[in-house]
Amino acid sequence: MQGSIRQMIKDKKEKQQSRSKIVEKIVPGILLICAIISVLTTLGIVFTLIVETITFFSQVSVIEYFTSKDWYPFFESDPDYGIWPLISGTLLITGIAMLVAVPFGLGAAIYLSEYATDRVRRIIKPILEVLAGIPTIVYGFFALTFVTPVLQNVIPSLPVFNALSPGIVVGIMIIPMIASLSEDAMSSVPNAIREGALGLGATRFEVAVKVVLPAALSGIIASVVLAISRAIGETMIVTVAGGATPKLTLDVTESIQTMTSYIVQVSLGDAGFGTTIYYSIYAVGMTLFLFTLIMNLVAQYISRRFREEY
Amino acid sequence: MQLVDQAKVKSRMQTRLKQNKVLKGVFFGTTIFALVVLVILLYRILTQGIGYLDLQFFQNFASRFPEKAGIKAAFFGSLWLMAVIAPVSLIIGVGTAIYLEEYAKKNRFTTFIQINISNLAGVPSIVFGLLGLTVFVRMLEMGRSVLAGGLTMSLLILPIIVVAAQEAVRSVPKELREASYAMGATKWQTIKKVVLPAAIPGILTGGILALSRAIGETAPLLMIGALTFVAYLPENLLSGFTVMPIQIFNWTSRPQTEFHDVAAAGIIVLLAMLLIMNSIAVLIRNKFSKRL
Amino acid sequence: MKTIMDEKKVVKAPRPEEKKKEVNTVYSIENFNLWYGKDQALKDIKFDIPEKQVTAIIGPSGCGKSTFIKALNRMVEMVPIVRMSGDINYRGKNIFENKYKVEDLRTKVGMVFQKPNPFPKSIYENVVYGPKIHGIKNKKILDEIVEKSLKGAALWEEVKDRLNENAYGLSGGQQQRLCIARCLAIEPDVILMDEPTSALDPISTLKVEELVQELKKEFSIIIVTHNMQQAARISDKTAFFLNGEVVEYSDTNQLFSNPSDKRTEDYITGRFG
Repeated sequence: MQGSIRQMIKDKKEKQQSRSKIVEKIVPGILLICAIISVLTTLGIVFTLIVETITFFSQVSVIEYFTSKDWYPFFESDPDYGIWPLISGTLLITGIAMLVAVPFGLGAAIYLSEYATDRVRRIIKPILEVLAGIPTIVYGFFALTFVTPVLQNVIPSLPVFNALSPGIVVGIMIIPMIASLSEDAMSSVPNAIREGALGLGATRFEVAVKVVLPAALSGIIASVVLAISRAIGETMIVTVAGGATPKLTLDVTESIQTMTSYIVQVSLGDAGFGTTIYYSIYAVGMTLFLFTLIMNLVAQYISRRFREEY
Repeated sequence: MQLVDQAKVKSRMQTRLKQNKVLKGVFFGTTIFALVVLVILLYRILTQGIGYLDLQFFQNFASRFPEKAGIKAAFFGSLWLMAVIAPVSLIIGVGTAIYLEEYAKKNRFTTFIQINISNLAGVPSIVFGLLGLTVFVRMLEMGRSVLAGGLTMSLLILPIIVVAAQEAVRSVPKELREASYAMGATKWQTIKKVVLPAAIPGILTGGILALSRAIGETAPLLMIGALTFVAYLPENLLSGFTVMPIQIFNWTSRPQTEFHDVAAAGIIVLLAMLLIMNSIAVLIRNKFSKRL
Repeated sequence: MKTIMDEKKVVKAPRPEEKKKEVNTVYSIENFNLWYGKDQALKDIKFDIPEKQVTAIIGPSGCGKSTFIKALNRMVEMVPIVRMSGDINYRGKNIFENKYKVEDLRTKVGMVFQKPNPFPKSIYENVVYGPKIHGIKNKKILDEIVEKSLKGAALWEEVKDRLNENAYGLSGGQQQRLCIARCLAIEPDVILMDEPTSALDPISTLKVEELVQELKKEFSIIIVTHNMQQAARISDKTAFFLNGEVVEYSDTNQLFSNPSDKRTEDYITGRFG
């Protein structure tokens, strides 16, 4: 028996090797193609946005886009294409969202990382995950049918479509994001540092605010910046509850329109392929893309540049 | 002279301890806030939607009358969409992950791909919709079809799958690879027979979570023109279609509040589906985390 | 293969117990150097390793013994910054030659690692892994291979009723013997063992040592060990490595009873390392 398996393997070798030689050559190529698809996606996005935006600017002047204070694309006789009302609507929503998400997200992060026992953490973290996994259309529904009526009880003059309600709900939506990313940053602060401060008689709160928060600051800021980017790109909540009235305003009780909800509005309408309105969604999309891209790059820069090494 | 005034320390201690206690309560409150919102949200949706949630709801197509409106087309549309997204995104995503973890050399091109993937994860979903509209619907002439929608969504969740799969592949111990190579196995044999089987639970968990993200997405599909009023089921990959989130959006946008209740019923179905998918993912994770 | 074995029988036949018999060489290492980046890990290694004997490699931590054994089946190349010069001849052929297929080499030269590393599969699947990747698919043959290899690794009696259970359910010592069985399944010519007992308890260690004595009847075994007593107990030849060099290489008895180099003496009497 000894040597017979050896012989068998030898007999199979020829066939095995010629086949595996081909496979070993082809497979890396196929996998590389897979990897390149992600690059092509980025190129596709950039290419699409640039080409269609250029077409848009051949019909509408760049100067008008950046200086006009009015966005009335549907005025057939004299449409206005000034991006500022959409940007202000977007930033208004983002601002409200941050006012909700930063305190609650950060508070939850501090509680989870500094106070909570393992058991509590094991219960709360999945709940945050569930909250993060709820589709945005559901949040939109919640904003329109629950938050807005509740707010109307407080502010009777509040119209059905307003900036406040979707802003708050976008904030709720990104609480889990800030909470979990900040908590990661805070938990990675070594326990030895905490014990050092506790050993000197500092309270948990003092440790959290004076020791852990500063040490984890870059991670926390990065999480907030990412959350801002997420809020800027949020679409369905503002589409459902924010209205469709592009307005250069800081009044949170008014109906507004964000960049994203404008794009949806056009895609739902009957603006045909090739019209100026059709191309305008790409210009708006480009603006949106640049906003979020910058935010993401800033977040990456912060977390890379200021990474704490322990 | 004493440098530390013990009396002062003692008197301040009281306020400091009080402060600690109060703020612990505040932080706990902020944490509970999320839970409270979740409970209200689910309660509202259940009470609003449960009345419309009957067998008819699954058997009927969209309708102008709330009591006749059903989710049949959207439900099956979502299944069709999933049938496109799952294989496409898993194959490309896992392929990318294996390439990056096992084959790619540590050079600029690899770093570029990696940075590109993390940036892609931060692009708003609606921008993917614009990409899909231009490339799949118009340039490749797929029309407003299941195929165009599925491919768009596959690209959207690709970064999530790549990152999850990379993590799964990376966590396969080096010793297992060594054992395989030492038996005379080739690289691909080692990947196929050792690395992938050991990484499958992680890949599946990440894949299902990514897929559930895709099932809940609305905006990109609105862009590529998934229809909002469909009274038929998709017949093939080039059929027009609608999906649950779009149907829910459609009902939510109606002024009649009856339709809001119908929307709530739709949301219950959508959330139930997501719950099932997530449970499967958790089950897989728990089952296999014990073994390794 | 058969002819060599026959020849030897002829040579051996008249006086089988004779000490100074003709021995074939499996490995002959010539002026072998190896660097990790700029650090030289192995310097001018030069010696021959005999067939069907146990050759032990001993030396203090960081002396290059593990690197050396991993060079013998070219596993060392998995470290990307490695550079080498000189020759390692296996059965008369330089394994670093371009046309020498590393998969072929590793099919003939099996390896057992420091930590037991069975695959997270069933016991059965672990053993048939090698035969399967080399194209043996016949279920009956595979069954035979499993029984023979597990018997060869002295594990058969303990696991024969639970071949389909996960290998992770075995004890550390059993896992290591399973790894040896996995190695035996493709009937290698040489078995490299890289501190195979360092992660095991004394009883499991003893079992593996006994097994090594059995296995040398059919296989050439090269074993790295940090345990001098182990080397003395089980090996026929011993090489003492220090700072990447071979200080002394001779019959185990001689090296331990009458070392010719002062440094060897210091090491085996426990003055350093």
